[in-house]
Amino acid sequence: MEFPEELRYSTSHEWVRTSGAKAVCGITDYAQHELSDIVYVELPDVGREVEAGEACAVIESVKIASDIYAPVSGKVTKINMQLDAAPETVNADPYRAGWLFEIEMTDPAEADGLMNAEEYKAHTEVETH
Amino acid sequence: MVKHGNARPTPLYDTHLALGARMIEFSGWHMPIQYSGILAEHRCVRENVGIFDLSHMGEFDVQGPGARAFLQELLTNNLDRAHPGKALYSALCNESGGVIDDLLVYQRADDDYLVVVNASNIEKDFEWFQQHCVDGVALANRSYEVALIAVQGPQASAVVTPAVTRPTDDLYYYEFRPDEIAGRPVTLARTGYTGEDGFEVYVRNDGAQAVWDTLWKLGEPLGMRPVGLGARDTLRLEMGYALYGNELDETVNPIEAGLGWVVSAKKAFIGSDVILPLKKGGTPKTLRGLKLQGKGVPRRHCPVKAEGKQVGEVTSGTVSPTLSEPIALALIEAEAVKEPLSIEIRGRDVPASLADVPFVPSNVYRRPRPA
Repeated sequence: MEFPEELRYSTSHEWVRTSGAKAVCGITDYAQHELSDIVYVELPDVGREVEAGEACAVIESVKIASDIYAPVSGKVTKINMQLDAAPETVNADPYRAGWLFEIEMTDPAEADGLMNAEEYKAHTEVETH
Repeated sequence: MVKHGNARPTPLYDTHLALGARMIEFSGWHMPIQYSGILAEHRCVRENVGIFDLSHMGEFDVQGPGARAFLQELLTNNLDRAHPGKALYSALCNESGGVIDDLLVYQRADDDYLVVVNASNIEKDFEWFQQHCVDGVALANRSYEVALIAVQGPQASAVVTPAVTRPTDDLYYYEFRPDEIAGRPVTLARTGYTGEDGFEVYVRNDGAQAVWDTLWKLGEPLGMRPVGLGARDTLRLEMGYALYGNELDETVNPIEAGLGWVVSAKKAFIGSDVILPLKKGGTPKTLRGLKLQGKGVPRRHCPVKAEGKQVGEVTSGTVSPTLSEPIALALIEAEAVKEPLSIEIRGRDVPASLADVPFVPSNVYRRPRPA
């Protein structure tokens, strides 16, 4: 199970990679493993304003549909169009090719309030028990 | 660690854990839902071979001089279509024509039958059998004594034939025979719920591990994977096979659910006075296959619409692993069905069209017809 050091994590299993005010977001290795076979990804419209904690995407696996929550507030500026034809990329490479959307953060410091890799790893261990 | 709680393990519980299975509780049993992943397991069955633990299924012995007449009375299908060594698929209905269960009846002899029922209905079905039992019929519920292992896929015969005592070329679809694997007596049936060639092996619980291990040794070098309930569902859905609880329940009659072909018009049975007129005259609702023309996963209870008005409901839906497109079965009002259709998925109307069932071709091992 991967927990890249340079990322920040939400309690609902999203990750954030920041550079300046830009935040690339996706779901964690833990989350993709829980979901298993992802067959469809519904991404937010580019231009949509989101609040941290707001449901803004849906990932469907064979068995179930899961809401994905914006880990930070801002405007959606980019979405990963590759997932349309290859949703299983999220399973195969959740932190890189499987990124979901990019947000232009209203407050660039907001990501600092999320968990670091160690805290998130501990969080997943609590959830399992 | 064995977590019992209220659910019971099958004889192969430890094997599933050792193979990395994700377990769930299903109808009071600890069952594997997946091992390597539903899509990989599904594709392995279609392209190669998979092995399943189906020990949760129910098995009843129905025996005695009155057994045949008893089953003719309870089952919609006609035992005239069976003979020793032949299995029949049938519905079991109540007086109102509602489906109590769908099941298989294996005729061992004129006075000896094995009835195999869904795990979710074991106690309900056995009580129904007991309620309607008459003299000359001996009933036994063997569900908790008998294990069931299935091997399904184009390579199924390569796995199973070396394990049994004689060739299987002349054991065709829906035929069965007593046999032996690893010195254990088994019932070997050319049946399955996948649409591929395959076998189902019934064995007493104490022989289950030896049978599994023997088949595993033969199949694993060929790339055989263990397959869980998740892929079992996607495989049957691609074939358009009904699942009790989705397409079938006591509020549905077998005709509208697409089981008219296992309803015999040549005899009386419980529910026949309601069902046979429907078989003749048709039903307002009918089960149809649908394909989505847009993105989304149709799920049970999603409304089906024609011209914006609801005309029915999805009973089962998924993304077909073979076709890589969304498919569904839906119970819809026959008269109101006018394309273009749509399925409402989480508030969005996604275009859909009627599709032929099965969604993928069947490869079951049929007895060749005389020229």
